[in-house]
Amino acid sequence: MQTHQYDVVIVGAGGAGMRAALESSKEARTAVISKLYPTRSHTGAAQGGMAAALANVEDDNWEWHTFDTVKGGDYLVDQDAAEILAKEAIESVLDLERMGLPFNRTPEGKIDQRRFGGHTRDHGQSAVRRACYAADRTGHMILQTLYQNCVKQDVEFFNEFYVLDLITDHDLTTEEIADGEEVNATGVVAYDLATGEIHVFQAKAIIFATGGAGKIFKTTSNAHTLTGDGMALAYRRGLPLEDMEFFQFHPTGLAGLGILLSEAARGEGGILRNSEGERFMERYAPTIKDLAPRDIVARSMANEVREGRGAGPNKDYVLLDLTHLEPAHIDAKLPDITEFARTYLGIEPYTEPVPVYPTAHYAMGGVPTNIQGEVLRDGVNVVKGLYAAGEVACVSVHGSNRLGTNSLLDINVFGKRSGRAAAEYSKTASFHDLPEDPTVRVVAQLDEMRNRPDGERVADIRKALQDTMDLNAQVFRTGDSLNAALADIRELQKRYRNASVQDKGKLFNTDLLEAIELGFLLDIAEVTVVAAINRKESRGGHYREDYPNRDDAHYMLHTMAYRRPTAASDEAEGHVEGYFDHVEEFDGYKVVLGSKPVIQTRYEPMERKY
Amino acid sequence: MTATLEAAAPTPAAGEIPSFTVTLRIRRFNPEVSEEATWQDFTVEAHGTDRILDALHKIKWDEDGSLTFRRSCAHGVCGSDAMRINGRNRLACKTLLKDVNPEKPITVEPIKGLPVVKDLVVDMEPFFASYREIMPFLITSGNEPSKERYQSPEDRAKFDDTTKCILCAACTSSCPVFWTDGQYFGPAAIVNAHRFIFDSRDEGGSQRLEILNDKEGVWRCRTTFNCTEACPRGIEVTKAIQEVKRAMITRAF
Repeated sequence: MQTHQYDVVIVGAGGAGMRAALESSKEARTAVISKLYPTRSHTGAAQGGMAAALANVEDDNWEWHTFDTVKGGDYLVDQDAAEILAKEAIESVLDLERMGLPFNRTPEGKIDQRRFGGHTRDHGQSAVRRACYAADRTGHMILQTLYQNCVKQDVEFFNEFYVLDLITDHDLTTEEIADGEEVNATGVVAYDLATGEIHVFQAKAIIFATGGAGKIFKTTSNAHTLTGDGMALAYRRGLPLEDMEFFQFHPTGLAGLGILLSEAARGEGGILRNSEGERFMERYAPTIKDLAPRDIVARSMANEVREGRGAGPNKDYVLLDLTHLEPAHIDAKLPDITEFARTYLGIEPYTEPVPVYPTAHYAMGGVPTNIQGEVLRDGVNVVKGLYAAGEVACVSVHGSNRLGTNSLLDINVFGKRSGRAAAEYSKTASFHDLPEDPTVRVVAQLDEMRNRPDGERVADIRKALQDTMDLNAQVFRTGDSLNAALADIRELQKRYRNASVQDKGKLFNTDLLEAIELGFLLDIAEVTVVAAINRKESRGGHYREDYPNRDDAHYMLHTMAYRRPTAASDEAEGHVEGYFDHVEEFDGYKVVLGSKPVIQTRYEPMERKY
Repeated sequence: MTATLEAAAPTPAAGEIPSFTVTLRIRRFNPEVSEEATWQDFTVEAHGTDRILDALHKIKWDEDGSLTFRRSCAHGVCGSDAMRINGRNRLACKTLLKDVNPEKPITVEPIKGLPVVKDLVVDMEPFFASYREIMPFLITSGNEPSKERYQSPEDRAKFDDTTKCILCAACTSSCPVFWTDGQYFGPAAIVNAHRFIFDSRDEGGSQRLEILNDKEGVWRCRTTFNCTEACPRGIEVTKAIQEVKRAMITRAF
């Protein structure tokens, strides 16, 4: 075992982690721990753009952007956070440009901007050009630019280190902690993939920037490595997860594969058509049509397929039509996604429409934070020294449905904020003592998994999980389908206790780490489904066919899910009789749901029409 | 064992993807077990749209969990899974089985010129060290502008090609000069230097050119075009290296 001491430890080296590192490493001794080489992070797969009301090409302002974000999130957005997001967007884009990001340019040399779903002028009048972009590889450019600047600033990385535990000075899973009592995050335990060695990182401040959990689904745009690690670690240590029922399905995944085709394809003029060639979005969103927010477009597509108007031999997808666009325009603005169609489906987008279907894309929910990025341990109290930013976090700027281009924005705005806040905090804070053996849980977990001589295959359990999530918790959900998913997950949790790995070695044991990651996936799928069962309304990305309407009277609240010992109380903070009072018992623990108010400042909830 | 395409099977039902068996001949190495690397054959069932990565996953998930390789995004943008497939550097997630003659065993080896850690995993540190050496970041002087720096679309286009690099090392590890001389910066580092040397906003060009004028720099390039062929992002690597050479001759530094 090796131990390290840093003022700030950042877990994850995607956009949020590296943006935070660029801030904190200027002020405090900082380490970034990442299970991948930084440039492998999934920020690099983001395509279309990053929203900011620069007004470089047409009239725009941050207030319109705030409104669009709030409305796009079906009013479950915390409006103070959305306002920060939209205001600080402008400086965030300029920061990146100054760091060297090669944005596409207007003829006069300014940062060019294009249209994207749900971004409008003057509160929904028409689509607005707000997305700053670099072809259809904006995420790639952001990730590269941030990494380049980390090289410039000599940021210290621990690459291919898996963080497997969070250490706090109070056991939040069992202790009753009074309101206002201080709880501190004191360190993390990591596993070095190359050597199999355990490392303990003691820190004054820790930032979780571990990304999403798309691999709970089978059809997903997410990388194999997006297994919800940070969310699951926080949750297992007794911290709540917020709004986990809201998962975004991106409308245009390559059919059957789930590989992302950017919304920019529609921003640049692409049209969705059903088997009859009809531009069906005209029926669902008469004003902005194909540029409606993702939840609406995904649902419309799934509905076309369900009603028999799907294309292809099995009528199980719709078509993204770019054939009316000039090939030169496609090459200039959408080179990568058209290459994906060619490489993976053998389709030439110049002349043939591309088969597409919704793909699991983004977790709106996550580890709850305030606007400084500080992690909440309940509705109001923070864990001192613990921060989260990016997809792992829930601020909540995305509410129940994130707008396209707002995630690249989120990582930059809240990555920067959390980096600054963590560094600032570390200047006045001192190190807290670690427990006698901080590695005991991780070592036991790894040894058990490694030493179980023979058992179920990890891949079989993971496949069964992903199948049931796709079948029962995707675009359309019902109480019955969600309960079926939950029954499957219970069974899979049991099977997981009997899972074993074949690679028993120390060096670069990816077999072992895949098994550990499956444990994260199971926990995240479980809490997602429990939260979805409880929310008996339809809002944003969460659509219940048995409750097709939004119910502001009862559900205009954030879900807060806590994992607790069986003997603990059944009431969590924000308990609302009949609505946020769900308790689900499992073997050895239970999931208790509470709630947290939605912060509304200037916008009253309205019906959401486009 | 020879793979057979099941083309002889009756016309598949509508929407059914024809499947076939394929053999992967994989270079295995695990220093915990043996100092020697060996070849091992695995035969798996594959579908028409499956990639090398899908076949590797089938082997790892269903047959031999100890098979070790890196991967993440699985669609050619993260750069984790460069490997040598039938003697050519490619990304496993971007190479369809049907495109690499699945009727014969497909050989899969780690990329060359970097120390092998285990099976298909190599130590990437020397590669990233070369990258860091060419100062891969925008260098400017004076005060930061209050808004963005302007750049014409024409100036932006001059380095567009080299911004696509995903640092997968397919080019560098395909270069015969790099194989024999590990000190050589290699194509990827030069590509990333090019990305800044030709960026109109950058002021560090001469420093980078000086670094690359070193005896382990651009002049080692023998213009074999292996790198251009290997690049999964379609970057014209050799051309970029030529442009850097030309800049060295024409720019005073």
